[in-house]
Amino acid sequence: MSQNTVSRAGGKYGLSSKEKRDPMGIAILALNKLGQSPLLDKLKMRKQAEEIIFQSTRGGFKVAAAASRTFSRKGKKGAPGTTVPKAQAKGLFDLTPTEDEQMLVDVVSEFAAEAVRPVAAEANEAAATPQDVLAATLEIGLPILGVSAELGGIAEERSAVAGTLVHEALSKGDMGIAVAALAPGAVATALSLWGTDEQQKTYLPEFTEAANVPAAALALTEPAVLFDVFQPSTTAVRQGDKLVLNGVKSFVPRGAEAELFIIGASLEGKNVLVLVEASTDGIRIEADPAMGLKAASLTKVHLRDVTVDADAILGATDGSTYTEAVRYSRLAWCALALGTGQAVLDYVVPYVKTREAFGEPIAHRQAVAFMVANIAIELQAMRLVTYKAASRIARGVDASREVALARKICADKGMQIGLDGVQLLGGHGFTKEHPVERWYRDLRAIGILEGGVLV
Amino acid sequence: MIYLETPKKHRALVDQVHQVAMNMLRPVSRKYDLAEHEYPKELDMLAAMADGLDQSGASEGAGATGVRRSADDDTSNKNGSNMASALSVLEMCWGDTGLTLAMPRQGLGNSAIASVATDAQLEKFKGTWASMAITEPSFGSDSSAITTTAKKDGDAYVLNGEKIFVTSGERSDSIVVWATLDKSLGKAAIKSFVVTKDMPGVKVERLEHKLGIRASDTAVITFTDVRVPAENLLGNPEINVQEGFAGAMATFDNTRPLVAAMAVGCARASLDLTRDLLAQAGVEIDYDKAATLQHAAAAKFLQLEADWEAAHLLTLQAAWMADNKKPNSLEASMSKAKAGRVGSDVTLSCVELCAGIGYSEAELLEKWARDSKILDIFEGTQQIQQLIVARRVLGLSSSELK
Repeated sequence: MSQNTVSRAGGKYGLSSKEKRDPMGIAILALNKLGQSPLLDKLKMRKQAEEIIFQSTRGGFKVAAAASRTFSRKGKKGAPGTTVPKAQAKGLFDLTPTEDEQMLVDVVSEFAAEAVRPVAAEANEAAATPQDVLAATLEIGLPILGVSAELGGIAEERSAVAGTLVHEALSKGDMGIAVAALAPGAVATALSLWGTDEQQKTYLPEFTEAANVPAAALALTEPAVLFDVFQPSTTAVRQGDKLVLNGVKSFVPRGAEAELFIIGASLEGKNVLVLVEASTDGIRIEADPAMGLKAASLTKVHLRDVTVDADAILGATDGSTYTEAVRYSRLAWCALALGTGQAVLDYVVPYVKTREAFGEPIAHRQAVAFMVANIAIELQAMRLVTYKAASRIARGVDASREVALARKICADKGMQIGLDGVQLLGGHGFTKEHPVERWYRDLRAIGILEGGVLV
Repeated sequence: MIYLETPKKHRALVDQVHQVAMNMLRPVSRKYDLAEHEYPKELDMLAAMADGLDQSGASEGAGATGVRRSADDDTSNKNGSNMASALSVLEMCWGDTGLTLAMPRQGLGNSAIASVATDAQLEKFKGTWASMAITEPSFGSDSSAITTTAKKDGDAYVLNGEKIFVTSGERSDSIVVWATLDKSLGKAAIKSFVVTKDMPGVKVERLEHKLGIRASDTAVITFTDVRVPAENLLGNPEINVQEGFAGAMATFDNTRPLVAAMAVGCARASLDLTRDLLAQAGVEIDYDKAATLQHAAAAKFLQLEADWEAAHLLTLQAAWMADNKKPNSLEASMSKAKAGRVGSDVTLSCVELCAGIGYSEAELLEKWARDSKILDIFEGTQQIQQLIVARRVLGLSSSELK
């Protein structure tokens, strides 16, 4: 605490606490800071485009949350909400999606190829998903995929499989954009799964009108080494009929524009989800740029004595809703890994067939061909384990084991696919001339990030 | 609708086979591992039971009753004999892989006959115990390099050559032998013949001493001027250069998922016991807690189980595709590649996790770690499966990607 923050090297810039900075090092650091100063921008010493990147990623902006709409209270206080029925199965092993699911996948796949992939590199640089792309995802109905038809959504039954397929299809375009586009849907799905009548009627109508969908985010991750999502340091404390929240949530998609958050917190020793409107006093948003997922405009959400009504708790107070949310969210990340993994495979196949070395395509060598084969094998392996978990969730059967296994294999093999994807392109894979370096960075998120997306 | 559980209609079968594996195979598992080449007489009763099941139709191809593809216009989702075979082989190998391979009348040769024989041949070879003879001393994976010859002589073929690695070669009463009608015509000239042990010129030369699956005998067999009736040739006797090797290799699309199922079964034996032993040692697997926050042994176990789950589902996928008449060469090879390496990783890692108990003959973990190795070799090695997958995914021919 008493250490000078400049001379204390540890804990910053990836240095261990054992490192000591000598005077020359401090001078270099100062130069570096000047190089980052907003002053340069005011002097128009940078190009316009760089300025945007600067402010959204490097500047570490800290702002009050988005000036947002007021969600006027509707519905019956405390009355149970409307839920969709569980999916029913015939009991036959089957890998064919339903017709509805297939139609949805076709639409989203086309959108991912035509509208998402072409802007992915630019969105990565700008650290934001283009507004017209986001608007288009609302037209497709992505946020209301998990919302019951009765509440204006499109779900006839628990839509975990459809959600999984959509996350996969969109992520094939770009994982960062997929996270940006699917984040409001995570909140809407959570509301339709666990919301009371009042919570559903207050918030969900805002999601079901395409022109009016608020940015919203499910915030579960915290910035901690060995972070355990089941031991959040964010707390909710009861004060009369109010709850007071304190803590920091990290990697919150599009937090700067979000109008509604679902915050994971510990309440009386149990984990709960709390609905917090962005206009509430005490919320501060900070840019939280990471290795990848730039297009998701990740943020930290600081909560300081944020006070909400006690009935802002979403779902059960015994920890069960929180646990379910963690599982459904982890599965959504698995689905995202599938899409990005497929993108890698589809990209490296033509590359290794046309890239020549020693007089023939490198694909003619087993060392190269076997890497591609293993990408294909492990990708399908990840897909089947993920689908099985999704199908169990849709049917309302316990899926804790299946989600854990899907998360493990998608984290391990997904990263391997990203790694091999870059390797197969050699030095070219290391440059931004090709998207594989971005996919490499995105795939590292699997198994680490909690919340944000949910099926 | 996506549903990846054991089919409801097959659960009774799975339970039944599991009981057999637990109560009949496990008690003699170590006995025949130690007494290599001794005939496991306990299997006779079991085989009689399996025959009964086959005839009643109740098992839907629980053993080597074949994986025939008949014409059928019905396009509704099916879980049929391929699925049933994979599930039951899996359970049997959970009991003991060597003993499963040694089951009378359930040989790979039986699978081949059941899959490609004409109705007349099916009737003729009913009740036989057929082993499969492909490999020769001069080649392994490259089946097109066959040197065993079959020369047409009147109403018979005369076979000459030497076959190795014939599973149940000594105990079986017939052998499906791969031989070439004319070496100069390449793969298309390779045909398979049902050779019975009573034919003059058939000689079991010796048995191999092996790393694992010791309950199953592996023979070297020589064929010297063996006269085989022409009607014992399986499939089309014509040499169709256009069709090439495809006909003979098609059997693999059906048998590879079965070998994958063996690896999945063997690996599950290791996982089941290791989970239990770890719990006794105070390490419980927590599915919600991140692997990095758990005991290193639990984290390792999660990785193994995740890979196991994947191998299991890839295997069921390949069988499901066969049942639904979808071309499955790619998926069959994927399942074999994944299950083969997962079988080794799981069984070897479980030995490591259980340390002194794992390595000791007091438990069966060390045995499963030896048994599993062959499953990444026979019916196409890991590398052959990768080659097949790579050619398919990359769209390259065997001359482009060697």
